[in-house]
Amino acid sequence: MKPVAFDYVVPESLDAAVAALATADGEGKVMAGGQSLMPLLNFRMTRPSVVVDLLRIPGLASIEKKGDTVAIGALTRHADLEFSDLIAAKLPVMAAAMPHVAHLAIRNRGTIGGSLSHADPAAELPMLAVLYGAAIKAQGPGGRREIPAENFFVSALTNCLEAEEIVFEIDFPILRGHTGWAFEEVARRFGDFALASIAVSFALLDGAIADARVAVMGVADTPLRLRKAEDALNGAKGGAEDASQFAKVVRASVSPSDDIHVSAEYRKNLIGALAEKAFAAAWTRALGERP
Amino acid sequence: MKKDIAVTVNGCIYEARVEPRLLLSDFLRDTLGLTGTHVGCEHGVCGACTILLNGDSVRSCLTLAVRVDGADIVTVEGLGSRDQLNALQTEFREKHGLQCGFCTPGMLITGMDLLKKYPLANDEEIREGLSGNLCRCTGYQNIVAAIRAAAALRDGSAT
Repeated sequence: MKPVAFDYVVPESLDAAVAALATADGEGKVMAGGQSLMPLLNFRMTRPSVVVDLLRIPGLASIEKKGDTVAIGALTRHADLEFSDLIAAKLPVMAAAMPHVAHLAIRNRGTIGGSLSHADPAAELPMLAVLYGAAIKAQGPGGRREIPAENFFVSALTNCLEAEEIVFEIDFPILRGHTGWAFEEVARRFGDFALASIAVSFALLDGAIADARVAVMGVADTPLRLRKAEDALNGAKGGAEDASQFAKVVRASVSPSDDIHVSAEYRKNLIGALAEKAFAAAWTRALGERP
Repeated sequence: MKKDIAVTVNGCIYEARVEPRLLLSDFLRDTLGLTGTHVGCEHGVCGACTILLNGDSVRSCLTLAVRVDGADIVTVEGLGSRDQLNALQTEFREKHGLQCGFCTPGMLITGMDLLKKYPLANDEEIREGLSGNLCRCTGYQNIVAAIRAAAALRDGSAT
């Protein structure tokens, strides 16, 4: 058998899951969809003494509109987000990104809570959480707390949770009036982790961009919200100069490193090119046309 | 500590006592003797071990057997019989959609789920859908052709 032997606990409530994790002395692992954890287990890169399986906890797989937010249960599968009418209508950037999350067989099993907790720097959902300014809700022995997405991701594969805390819900604010939006990504193979990706969303006010949001991933240890790039977008009117100025600011805002796939310089140029593409697509949408 | 599970595979109910760390792929092959599900990379990259879990395609190497208690599973053995292949299997035969056959169970199961969930209006969409399944014979052209033909059959249009 590939994984090490471990105790397996299937709690039927979040309270019981937190309690089970607390008794594991930091040697426990939470399993949601298992699509990131299982490869680590199979390689024995992780050797937990206890696996706490969230599978049987009711009420954690739902997509609901609650006021100005869409509340997503931590066990909601990627495929549920991909095919949700509510997501398509209220969180269009997420809807556009979901087909790029791994492959169908992974999306059928992987969950949003798992993806965020795993905190891969080249994953789509963490970037979307940062773009939308999502609130990540976690429960631990001391109770519940809400963590802004930008504070949640600490470094590659590392989140800010304590060992006994479990994500149970993520609230995504609906960006009212954001008619301009785009998601662009380049991966070596469709469905693979991205080399780089950018997401853009904005409103149009008197013919100019307002309330712009820009997030990128694949170019740092964590997904990043680029406020200087947002400043560059606000007030822009969709000209070619605006697009190249935006791309320039995006390029200047990131300092990626070399890796096995591409050089830092390549990545920097790539994110610039994707920024220009995203600008054009978002602007076209804002004008009510199909990009 | 071992756990008791009961799972339906290709219409038959199986009961077994399994170690929590047993992978579903090993359970299907070693415990049940259903060796149609192939095991390639064992970390979710090659797609050979893909099965249908409650109707959705899933990597059996990225699933613990203990987690599928009560579930309904279909493996390649459950798609059709030697005498009566299903529509997608028939197209794989017609279009020569396999060479060595190692990736074929995963390709077929993935193809079934793609046909259920996506329009597959063009080859690009089919290729994107198959991007998680590796064929080391590199026989992708005919696999795409087989799925294209099955999609046309599904939509009632001739190829």
